[in-house]
Amino acid sequence: MESSVLSLVIFLPFLLSFPLFSFNRAQHGTARWYALLSSLLVFAGALYLALQFNPSSGFQFEHTALQNWLGDSMDVKYSVALDGTSMLLFAFAAFMFPVVVLGSWERVTTNAREYYFFLLMLETCILGIFSAVDLFLYYMFWEAMLIPMYFLIGVWGGNGRGDAATKFFIYMLTASLVMLIGILSLGYISREMGGTFTTDYHKLLQLELPLSVQNILFWLFGLSFFVKAPLFPLHTWAADVYSESPTGAVLTGVLLKMATYALIRFNVMLFPTASANFAPLVCTLAVVAIIYGALVAMSQPNAKRLLAFSSVSHLGFIVLGIFSFTQEALQGAMILMVNSGLTTGLLLMLVGWLEERRGDVRLSEFGGLKKNMPMFSAAFLIATFASIGLPGLSGFIGEFLTLSGAFKSTTLQTGLYAMLAALGVILSAAYMLPMVQKIFTGELTSERNAALSDLTPREILVAALLVAMIIWIGVAPNSFLKLSETSSQAVIEFVTQKSASQALAK
Amino acid sequence: MHESIFLAVLFPLVGFLLNALFSSMKFIKSGESGKEFFVGAFSTLMIVLPFVIAVGVFFELQSLPASEQKFVVNVYEWFKAGAMTVGVSYQLDSLSVLMMLVVTGVGSLIHLYSIGYMHGDEGFARFFSYLNLFIFAMLNLVLADNMALMFLGWEGVGLCSYFLIGFWYDRKFEGVGIETTTDAANKAFMLNRVGDFAMLGAMFLIFQKIGSLTFESILSQLSAFDQTHLFWMALLVFIGCTGKSAQIPLFTWLPDAMAGPTPVSALIHAATMVTSGIYLIARLSPLFMLAPDVMNLVAIIGAATAIIAASIAVVQNDIKKILAYSTVSQLGYMFLALGVGATTAAMFHLVTHAFFKACLFLGSGSVIHALHEEQDVRQMGGLQKVMPSTGTTFLIGAIALSGFPLTAGFFSKDELLAKTFASGNVALYAVGIVTAALTAFYSMRAYALTFLGDARWAHDKHPHESGATMTIPLWILAALSLIGGVIGLPAVIQEHNWIHGWLSRSQIVEKEMTMAHSTEWILLALSSAVAIGGLGFAYSIYTKKQTAAASQNGFYNLLLNKYYIDELYNALFVKPMRFVSEKILPTLDAALINGVLNGVGTSFISIARSLKIWQSGVAQNYALAIIAGLVAILSYLMLKQP
Repeated sequence: MESSVLSLVIFLPFLLSFPLFSFNRAQHGTARWYALLSSLLVFAGALYLALQFNPSSGFQFEHTALQNWLGDSMDVKYSVALDGTSMLLFAFAAFMFPVVVLGSWERVTTNAREYYFFLLMLETCILGIFSAVDLFLYYMFWEAMLIPMYFLIGVWGGNGRGDAATKFFIYMLTASLVMLIGILSLGYISREMGGTFTTDYHKLLQLELPLSVQNILFWLFGLSFFVKAPLFPLHTWAADVYSESPTGAVLTGVLLKMATYALIRFNVMLFPTASANFAPLVCTLAVVAIIYGALVAMSQPNAKRLLAFSSVSHLGFIVLGIFSFTQEALQGAMILMVNSGLTTGLLLMLVGWLEERRGDVRLSEFGGLKKNMPMFSAAFLIATFASIGLPGLSGFIGEFLTLSGAFKSTTLQTGLYAMLAALGVILSAAYMLPMVQKIFTGELTSERNAALSDLTPREILVAALLVAMIIWIGVAPNSFLKLSETSSQAVIEFVTQKSASQALAK
Repeated sequence: MHESIFLAVLFPLVGFLLNALFSSMKFIKSGESGKEFFVGAFSTLMIVLPFVIAVGVFFELQSLPASEQKFVVNVYEWFKAGAMTVGVSYQLDSLSVLMMLVVTGVGSLIHLYSIGYMHGDEGFARFFSYLNLFIFAMLNLVLADNMALMFLGWEGVGLCSYFLIGFWYDRKFEGVGIETTTDAANKAFMLNRVGDFAMLGAMFLIFQKIGSLTFESILSQLSAFDQTHLFWMALLVFIGCTGKSAQIPLFTWLPDAMAGPTPVSALIHAATMVTSGIYLIARLSPLFMLAPDVMNLVAIIGAATAIIAASIAVVQNDIKKILAYSTVSQLGYMFLALGVGATTAAMFHLVTHAFFKACLFLGSGSVIHALHEEQDVRQMGGLQKVMPSTGTTFLIGAIALSGFPLTAGFFSKDELLAKTFASGNVALYAVGIVTAALTAFYSMRAYALTFLGDARWAHDKHPHESGATMTIPLWILAALSLIGGVIGLPAVIQEHNWIHGWLSRSQIVEKEMTMAHSTEWILLALSSAVAIGGLGFAYSIYTKKQTAAASQNGFYNLLLNKYYIDELYNALFVKPMRFVSEKILPTLDAALINGVLNGVGTSFISIARSLKIWQSGVAQNYALAIIAGLVAILSYLMLKQP
């Protein structure tokens, strides 16, 4: 049983989701308590794995089953494992789910059991994505995730939910079909080169792919991840989905990080030379995303859309961190993945609570809320300053490491990328502070705003959990950095060595 | 004693946390003096304790032989990735201890003063929580042994400044492009962030070159940098400092920062935070010495800021604005000193300025309080009789600011002007001496209009002297403004004065400059004459005319409108950026990208439509099929387990 403990944690939410249907349809209270306990159980499992995890070695908790399930000629199997890169994100995803359940406690009252059913299904898909070490299995989880997402947005979303769900689905499906072509091609190439068709990650790592092949496969995989990340200019689905999604926190907290995670796991590791060659181009897009996202965010009249564009900006930092190919930048990107989930997640959740109370998220509708909602404003301010990278909170660690790593990157050869990205430091304040100003300061003029109540104890608990994480990472990030240290180092060494030897062969 | 430095930093943090708790619990119902006093005294204690520790460390350092002039206390490793290792480590040398003494000493007095000043304010505990947090950040700034931790303090003080400028978040505040206190707070934060951007750049550059950010490594590996790098590092650090220390071109936030409560103006926007740039350049002075082009720039920017801000101060009518521009101007003096290589003189002026400017700001606060939030000097007058303590201490602060002979400001200003002269920059010296005349003039103008002449305030106001919590700090600061100069007597009086000896124990360096005693006497006499002349001239005008009315000519308007610099920045930066953000990009985002990508999406939908006869279209069926598949896989897995 020991060997399958990881599988157990991955499928636990899925298993636990079925009893939901035995509940009375009308009792959303039971359903949400059940979902909370289930997600807590899963988190306990993930925490157990994280504590067992040995940061100084590679893949662990390996579990393989279903050898050759697509026939003997194909080496395709069920295979999961965690290394430092995935462990951090795996545990973080499991942490975010109970938070999200608590966060949408009051929001979802109709069809609650279906809602929690899809939520738990989504969790299995996400945990699977972070731990799959077979590309075909990875693809299965990746695609399966679209189903619960589609329903979560389409059924429990805001007024424009139908369009948003469709938009999301089409973008994602198109992008991942391209990835499927990539996976199959890689499988066939492996047969040409090594004898069997394989999607085994470890075996694929051993392949010495010619650069021309790498170049093509890099984009077949990359496109899918860049859409999901979302990297400029493929970000246009994000604002709609953010504003309509009932689970905005999950979306940013976890979903988008799957794409940046996949960039490291697949693009960088499988096509190291192509990655190094394309780094300047990808980083240019990342820098454009940082500045563009920030500038567009500045003029958004709606808090959720503003946060969507701020997320586009943050994703730029992560991509820059990955494609700088220095240990500092990559570790910074890892922390940023967690950070943007925490801060944007908390901000979206807070805005969601405001929407529940007031039925509106247009900034022009608010003002002076600091007076009657002091706890709400305190949580909002902390998340805001974490988001704009104030030292002592989580955002700074990631940004500082990413930028100082990008600045000294020999792959990028110039500090210009880092300096342009650092403009985001100014710009992020330029869009976040006016939002804070419009919502919280000034006189409390409108009666509807004056009637708004401060956070409930449940909401305070949720916010406090996230704030505690934000401060923990800001003050003592080493406990998180250590998890991924060895893996990040391995990635950098692998890429440097591969691209150097390939350059030599040329 | 030095081991307990960790506690010194921790006390204000504890104060912040508890005050935040008091504030959220609404511990103080409106105006409960007893509870107010408890909260205020507790917060003050949290600053007095670090002061006591600072004094202890001071004596400990002094007792050491000259070879061991510094302690480094490692608290814990903050973060580590690759070559980047950053510790929460504090270094205690003569420079950081001097700064710590100023920050906690003046800080304690201002905390004490605030108990009286903030009486009855709804946000009493919230105010003290920010004030405590500020001291915490400021201590990190001056004590950090590496630039990353210094930056934590650097941004932290900016954050507190932001909170405190916008403290009365529902109030209006007037300025160019500014309508509320929050506008002023945002402006301060934004302009500081522009500086911080440069500071980040400096850190990246240093890290790239030497793989470390500790001051120790930077200063011991200066040979690792070539001329270009030295130039850029020094330039970027200096740009960072122009943000925090309100120098050209980033100084425009400081006058608007007066939107905050007056103790904040005294503590943050006069005595401590705005001097961090001077501290940092002094700390990195060995580096700056190797970048002569940047040094010249520092001196020129400093001198230009000094005279421009002083000239604006001459015509302002808001008492706090006068003091704000005066602060900008005095900070300019300090940069001038740094630029000509007179590092100690800059630090000396930093210390005396903290005394007399805090005294002046607190005095103005006392007046504003007495006149129920009146800040216009044209509506004051005759207050010396009703508020003798405030009036006398304000006068002492004003003459110290003017550089009246034998006051603290006289010695520090004279030293930095003399050093400027000795460095051979006669033009800069001339700018400095003109600024000194302007300074004396506006100081006396502010005092005379406020305290002398006839009362011009409404008769229903009954101003009276403030309470002891407010006047005691005033008297202490006034005393320091008078006698504080003894720490840095000129060479003609004392060959080796105290502050030179003390600071020479740290790593700071300065240019060797020698001057004949006769020259020095002449310069001293000139400084005195200018100060007395300026004071006398303003006295003769403003005690006779009783009002601030001056000839409304073009130049006067130019000064009154602060050379239209705010308007210029709005037209050059704010408006274009807003235009791009509001007009160009949304159109681009919606039409171009969204249009194209949605077009792809729509074409997929139309393809899908033509194929939909093959699909049942019932989404639940799809879900069911997939679930069934997953169940099958899962059962297989579970059964397969041994």
